[in-house]
Amino acid sequence: MTSELVDFTLVSVALLGIGIYGLAVKRNFIRMLFAVEIIINAANLNLVAFGRFLPHSGGQTLALFSIAIAAAEVAVGLSLIIVAYRMYQNVDIADYRSLKG
Amino acid sequence: MADAAFLALTVITIGSAIAALELRSLIYGSIALMGTLGGIAGFFFLLDSPFVALFQLAVYVGSIAVLILFTVMLVKRELIFKKIEDKRRKFAGIGLMLVVMVALGAIFLDSGIKTITTGEPPVDFRDIGTDFVTYYWPALILMGLILAGSVTGALVLAKREDVENDQRTS
Repeated sequence: MTSELVDFTLVSVALLGIGIYGLAVKRNFIRMLFAVEIIINAANLNLVAFGRFLPHSGGQTLALFSIAIAAAEVAVGLSLIIVAYRMYQNVDIADYRSLKG
Repeated sequence: MADAAFLALTVITIGSAIAALELRSLIYGSIALMGTLGGIAGFFFLLDSPFVALFQLAVYVGSIAVLILFTVMLVKRELIFKKIEDKRRKFAGIGLMLVVMVALGAIFLDSGIKTITTGEPPVDFRDIGTDFVTYYWPALILMGLILAGSVTGALVLAKREDVENDQRTS
């Protein structure tokens, strides 16, 4: 392995920037979920990279926890998208301003 | 210095992250998201963490990305190909992205982590298993409960209340 810790952190920073751009600009609910996924993956990459270079098993363990919790988050997020789409027939979050049943 | 595999994975990961957000079609966007998630799994392999990499492939590429793809297919056809974004916010968003990248990148490059290199052997995946059942066991149980709760919650949320059972079977 010839790559250094700083290389992995820079990739992670780039992914974080792209995710923030997606959250700021996009109004499509599904695209915003993509952006959240990208940010979570940037965080996981950091965890594993620091765990490898320290070296400590805690990085990988926390990354596994993070992946599992992200799976739960996506399940709830997608069901919210389905409910909101059923109510408004749209995935534009500008339409979701009056979230009433 | 970074090697060829690292550079290739960087291009794949960042390129498909941009494609996931910018491609007009949501279906191609979600396939590009699979590329990003697969690229991250490749980084995990490079970091000598095959267990996390395979977990990432199984959970993210195998289930989450496919779940997203199926949700996209439930949406109306014209919405899949319609780009919904705030034009005024586009430049502000790009500016924000560049500020975050430059600021955090400068902090990382200026910090001491640039000098961290390791010649030590990678962590054995058996240590991760030991961690899970010793120090982190309450968190593991909590995580299981959260997963079960969230999946049940998702099913309850997505259930249609306006359709009766007999309508569903007919």
